[in-house]
Amino acid sequence: MAELTYRDAVAAGIAQEMERDERVVFLGEDIAAAGGVFKATVGLLEKFGPKRVRDTPISEQAILGAAMGAAMTGLRPIAEIMFSDFLAVCWDIVANEIAKTRYMTNGQITLPLVIRTANGAGSRFGAQHSQAVENWAMMIPGIKVIAPAFPADVKGLLAAAIRDPDPVLFFEQKSLYSMKGEVPDGEHVDELGKAKVLRHGSDCTIVALASMVHKSLDAAAILEKEHGISCTVVDVRSLVPLDTQTILSEIGKTGRLFTVEENPRLCGWGAEIASIAAEECFWTLDAPIIRITTPHIPLPSADKLEDATIPSVERIVREIREKMD
Amino acid sequence: MELYRQQLELRYCEKRAYDLFLQNLIKGTSHLSLGQEAIAAGFGVAMRPDDWTFCTYRGHAHTLARGASMTGVLGELMGRECGLLGGKGGSMHLTDVSKGAMGSYAIIGAHLPVAAGAAWSAQYRGTEQVAVCFFGDGTTNIGAFHEALNMSAVWKLPVIFVCENNLYMEYTPIRDVTAVEHPAADRASAYGLERIVIDGNDADEVYKTAAKYMERARKGGGPALIEAMTYRHSGHSRADPGKYRPEGELEKWLQRDPIDMYRNRLLELGFAEATLKDMEAEAMRQVNEATEAAKASPVPGLDAIDRDVWADGSTAWRN
Repeated sequence: MAELTYRDAVAAGIAQEMERDERVVFLGEDIAAAGGVFKATVGLLEKFGPKRVRDTPISEQAILGAAMGAAMTGLRPIAEIMFSDFLAVCWDIVANEIAKTRYMTNGQITLPLVIRTANGAGSRFGAQHSQAVENWAMMIPGIKVIAPAFPADVKGLLAAAIRDPDPVLFFEQKSLYSMKGEVPDGEHVDELGKAKVLRHGSDCTIVALASMVHKSLDAAAILEKEHGISCTVVDVRSLVPLDTQTILSEIGKTGRLFTVEENPRLCGWGAEIASIAAEECFWTLDAPIIRITTPHIPLPSADKLEDATIPSVERIVREIREKMD
Repeated sequence: MELYRQQLELRYCEKRAYDLFLQNLIKGTSHLSLGQEAIAAGFGVAMRPDDWTFCTYRGHAHTLARGASMTGVLGELMGRECGLLGGKGGSMHLTDVSKGAMGSYAIIGAHLPVAAGAAWSAQYRGTEQVAVCFFGDGTTNIGAFHEALNMSAVWKLPVIFVCENNLYMEYTPIRDVTAVEHPAADRASAYGLERIVIDGNDADEVYKTAAKYMERARKGGGPALIEAMTYRHSGHSRADPGKYRPEGELEKWLQRDPIDMYRNRLLELGFAEATLKDMEAEAMRQVNEATEAAKASPVPGLDAIDRDVWADGSTAWRN
């Protein structure tokens, strides 16, 4: 096992797949010569050359359109959208074209492509560069939606996404890029659609995603140590396909469900989990489902304001304590 | 002769689609290419079988021009099992990958970057395939047009952008909403491309232009932006009688009907009236046969609903 940062795991995952498959190509703004604005793709241009690693103009529709056209004609492109907020300027290509083409053409067109994008808050960038928008993607039939929390998952799930025959939107958490973690040596390929149970507890089940996984783990440690509340923590990892078996089974074991979401309140992904739990394991629940989310506001930029907006470890501890009393 | 045959088939098939609407056998909406057939036919004949076509919701003619089955096209319009898309796409999304018809895109401008991507794939693999992307004059005012043109020019992609300027963006005259006279050609210089305006009602001119720029693109000469002047004989869509057009305009363009013009040219070249009549009868026979085959096809089974969101054939989003 080698220790890699989350950002290095991105480059490692792409490099692993580019080495084994010539059809894998990579395009985006500042991804080649500059190595990415988050330095997550350093070294790929040098390793694979400008034919396979291509800088583009600031043209998000052209980037994703080109990825789509290349995917339907035999390549396996990876496209970067620098900040996930920018998906709004090319949402037509994502939601109307990439997501629907296979279905509309009765299966004639297959689109093996990956859209990587930096998602989420914590960098004081303000409301247009900090959003967690994985819930936008989750609503559209036809796109797989992945959001890893650990370097090993970044590499393994990115590799799996590149090998997958369907379009995948891959949300990297920008506040986690410098985080370090163990990554298996050699070829590492994970499986899409599998949640992971990171901590087993007996009193309640916390279901979280991306940076909220880390906050939930920290909160669970405090809850256990200081308040005697034993929490299970499930890392969803994959919103589509959704591993409802693991999630429902872990809810059933404790009888309590808390979701921890970075999305603004309305229609965050946790609402779907809560709905499934209410429909399918209502009788195993001992109390109402609680969603811990960002309030329904655009994100403020000042550090103190942003920290008070996104669910924090303290807030998770407080809300769970209050509700578990 | 091939150009004439193609245009006839496109014309008769579109007219049949219109008739089937009136009989309520085709639902939804439909955007006919009546009057614009020379462009689809000219490119259709010039293209290599492995080249790719990308078209808009006004895409019946371009799809047929690649050799897609007429029964498949009419069947799709009628929502039948024999439809090109099994009844799941409809008039605005006709696709036949086996013929290089890579889709009809119903959001203005979206397919320009997609065509660029296919061209990138051809360039990457060194196959000398060309992507041809058809769109209307209205498309030149949307952002994706600019993004696709610029990136294709910078990357020297083998893609031909074909603006079918039929003078109207849906219901509004294009000149009322565009800063330049020729919405595509007058912008070509912004991408370092040649200014090309052709008579889109002259199938020979279209064919020659298509062949020239596709050959250049195949050899690495990069993209072209071609503005083909033409006219829609019918309204924008099924819902539009085209009342906004000034008196006499349609009549003037009807005198420049691409099919009539081509027929006269063939007669001048010495083709016998009887030969042309035979071709016309044959094209009509094909349309009749396709119509009957499509009518006889069952409506799709409801199991089609739960197929093909994903490559494994399923629609499953959870375990």
